[in-house]
Amino acid sequence: MTAITVNNQLVNIDAASDTPLLWVLRDHLGLTGTKFGCGMALCGACTVHIDGAATRSCVLPLSAVEGKSITTIEGLSKDRSHAVQQAWLEIDVPQCGYCQSGQIMSAAALLKTNPRPSDADIDAAMSGNICRCGTYRRIRRAIHRAAELMPSGGQTDGPAVGQMGGHGGGPIGGRAQGQIGGQTVRQIGENK
Amino acid sequence: MNGAKPMTSAALSRREFLNATANLGGGLVLALTLPRAAGKARAASVATGGAVGAAASAAIPPSGVLQPGSQINAWLKIARDNSITVIVDRCEMGQGVYTALPMLLAEELEINLDVIRIEAAPVGDAYINPGNGGQVTGTSNSVQDAWEKLRLAGATARTLLVSAAAKRWGIDPAQCHAKNGSVVNAQGKALTYGELADDAAKEPVPKHVKLKPKGKFAIIGKSRGRIDSPGKIDGSAEFGLDVKLPGMLYAALAQSPVLGGTLKSVDSAAAEKMPGVRKVLTTAGGVIVVADHYWQALKARKALALTWDSGANARLDNAVIGTLLENTAAAGAGLSAKSVGDAAAALKSAQHSASATYLLPLLAHATMEPMNCTADVRADGCDLYVGTQVQQVAQTTAATAAGLKPEQVRVFTTLIGGGFGRRLDIDFIPAAVEASKAVGAPVKVIWTREDDMTHDTYRPPAREEVRGGVDESGKVIAWQLHITSPSITARMFPPVTGVDDSVIEAAVNNLYDVPNLSVSYSRQEIGIDVGYLRSVSHAPNCFVIESFMDELAAAAGKNPYDFRMAHLANKPRQRRVLQMTAERAGWGKAPAGRYQGIALMEAYMTHLAQVAEISIEAGELKVHKIVCVVDCGQMVNPRIVESQIESGIVFGLSAALWGEITLAGGQVQQTNFNNYRVLRGNEMPELDVHLLDSDETPGGIGEPSVALVAPAICNAIFAATGTRLRALPIGTQKLVKA
Repeated sequence: MTAITVNNQLVNIDAASDTPLLWVLRDHLGLTGTKFGCGMALCGACTVHIDGAATRSCVLPLSAVEGKSITTIEGLSKDRSHAVQQAWLEIDVPQCGYCQSGQIMSAAALLKTNPRPSDADIDAAMSGNICRCGTYRRIRRAIHRAAELMPSGGQTDGPAVGQMGGHGGGPIGGRAQGQIGGQTVRQIGENK
Repeated sequence: MNGAKPMTSAALSRREFLNATANLGGGLVLALTLPRAAGKARAASVATGGAVGAAASAAIPPSGVLQPGSQINAWLKIARDNSITVIVDRCEMGQGVYTALPMLLAEELEINLDVIRIEAAPVGDAYINPGNGGQVTGTSNSVQDAWEKLRLAGATARTLLVSAAAKRWGIDPAQCHAKNGSVVNAQGKALTYGELADDAAKEPVPKHVKLKPKGKFAIIGKSRGRIDSPGKIDGSAEFGLDVKLPGMLYAALAQSPVLGGTLKSVDSAAAEKMPGVRKVLTTAGGVIVVADHYWQALKARKALALTWDSGANARLDNAVIGTLLENTAAAGAGLSAKSVGDAAAALKSAQHSASATYLLPLLAHATMEPMNCTADVRADGCDLYVGTQVQQVAQTTAATAAGLKPEQVRVFTTLIGGGFGRRLDIDFIPAAVEASKAVGAPVKVIWTREDDMTHDTYRPPAREEVRGGVDESGKVIAWQLHITSPSITARMFPPVTGVDDSVIEAAVNNLYDVPNLSVSYSRQEIGIDVGYLRSVSHAPNCFVIESFMDELAAAAGKNPYDFRMAHLANKPRQRRVLQMTAERAGWGKAPAGRYQGIALMEAYMTHLAQVAEISIEAGELKVHKIVCVVDCGQMVNPRIVESQIESGIVFGLSAALWGEITLAGGQVQQTNFNNYRVLRGNEMPELDVHLLDSDETPGGIGEPSVALVAPAICNAIFAATGTRLRALPIGTQKLVKA
């Protein structure tokens, strides 16, 4: 058992220590918003935050995140209210959408450390996230827009305790959304 | 996958096939069935026609109460709780059909888009795309197909609801009108669609409904947010990879490293003892490892001791493929695809002439979401959860793998993390079905990126030999093009008799005025599976046509823009996009050190032109800007059109700059994004996409812009250096002054 904190919930994971965090999130916790793209940290589809920093989860073994705090796209906000998500909707960034969780997590991490990024800053921070649909221009616009929407500069990251799992509210795919599952999930502060 | 013909109103006027039925749970279900003959009539002329043979024989639902689960052919469901579900018959892979198609229906139904729920259509005859001859998402024709059909569906449903309301109030329907999900009358009374749905289902389906003229559109033609965006920004959107079923297991598939090879032996003893492993099974497609979790399956796959028989491809490499194409091209002109006038004779009388050989590489699709499929096989049926562009073929493929009848297989089409034509193929389906059947539980098979890159169905290579002649007045009088390439359609939708239409796109519809034109095709297979890739043969053929137009312009001493314009008499749409593109790009006025190239095309009933602006420093190419002006006829959602045009340009940039799959000993050498390079955000040129207002029939927007990027850039490279690049990708070639 390895204890990690995912979206502010402490979870105990029964998986081999070399299991990449990506598959722990997806297969063990049902947090399927984080995507598998390359398995080699080349495309960024699997980007999550580890202690606030954008990190590729596909090459990061479970053993390396013991005790760490992980935020996934599902934990970025409970109601799509994060400035990056708001800007993404306003600019209508996604096409196929598969890479967008990773793009959004990279963008949110960028804005946390650099609340007013230049185009060059965005290029540098986002170059690890591939989008085969070519939404790059809208991504750049949306990051600038998100910077405007968060005057305090990237402080909206980190959700309130106790929100977890899929929103299930998207109009698409109402069937069997990946809720965080299993008995190993416990709210922090509850049932210690 | 050649350019589809416009959907005619004739095919759509058979509205006797509209059925309104009561839903068992209450509410209205609107079904619409196009006669199968309509699909067949077009099948002969399109590459995907073979899919008709795989069509399920779903009956037209009789009027009356539908049984649960039998809502085949439904397009629209209005429930008592006012929820409105639009069934979308095309898969959503980023191109925007989950927004554009409901917008068409909503325009006539008078509803707010925010209330719409989307359901992916099941397999059904009603969902056959007449332009493709099957239930197929491809050929950039989803909007063309839906343009009248879904507006008719919306108008019909609205008429039924208004009739029901009028009856309820005891007034003439003419005194009522539909507004924002309700029917209202002159007295200001209102009934919601949900309140009327049960009654509406009992109303006779109107023989005639009137569609709004363009001037009355409130939804169509307006930019608005995509219906599928919210789920794509919070992680809740469900792609094939995300499907989760109770008791589901995960599987990895070991395939022959040499394409076309077969399994010689497997020792799975070590793998079977590994944690979580449930089963190792050998199938025609390879060895499948099923485990509780995917990582366990992947680790156990590595522990398999496998030997393969490389078969006929043991020595296949790019040199072999090049020689095959070259020898076949030299063996004769092949099959005639188009012949106008006498090109051979005209060549002899030409003042200036040129000849050239162009070479196009194999390309991978490299969708962001690797191939995957989830199957749940039971004794009496199979549920398939898959991102597919071909529901009928997926169904029959799964049925064969499961040993079931097609109608026992239900296909649930998920959101798709990039299609680009890859998911017109079904090679990733059988393993999931076989594994699920073997273990008696739902199984999700996931390909790794390496599996995906090395076992794609690649865009075929091509060798294109072209000759042209210009007379003393600067007019092209002769054009001979000979294409040598494998046939995708012959594999995927056989039989192909004669010329494969998907190989000669753009070439046979050469948009320039050329009095003596011949296009011919020699089929040469290369031993591996090739597949349709976004823009299909428009990409290779427009590269050749637009590069060679520049070659002829140079031979005649003409400006490439003027030279094109001189060959577009009586082609107002083509002239307009070319002129607008040149104007926006400042054609001929590039800053010092920058060079421009221009290219024009017509595909999927859309007209567009591009100007690329580049510089070359120390032999290094930099693409600074691409201007693209598009006339795609009437637009449903301009914001989506713009994003698709941009998307195609980015896709075309990756291919033009770096796209190439190479083989050694029958194995693909590219494995992941480190050695199959695709464009990243920091490598984006400036883009200027401009959409022209038009009253014409909607054209396709998902594919065309891919095809102009390479010729526009290569024409700019010629302007900069005098060197003509006749092979792609550009990346590996020296860019110096000729």
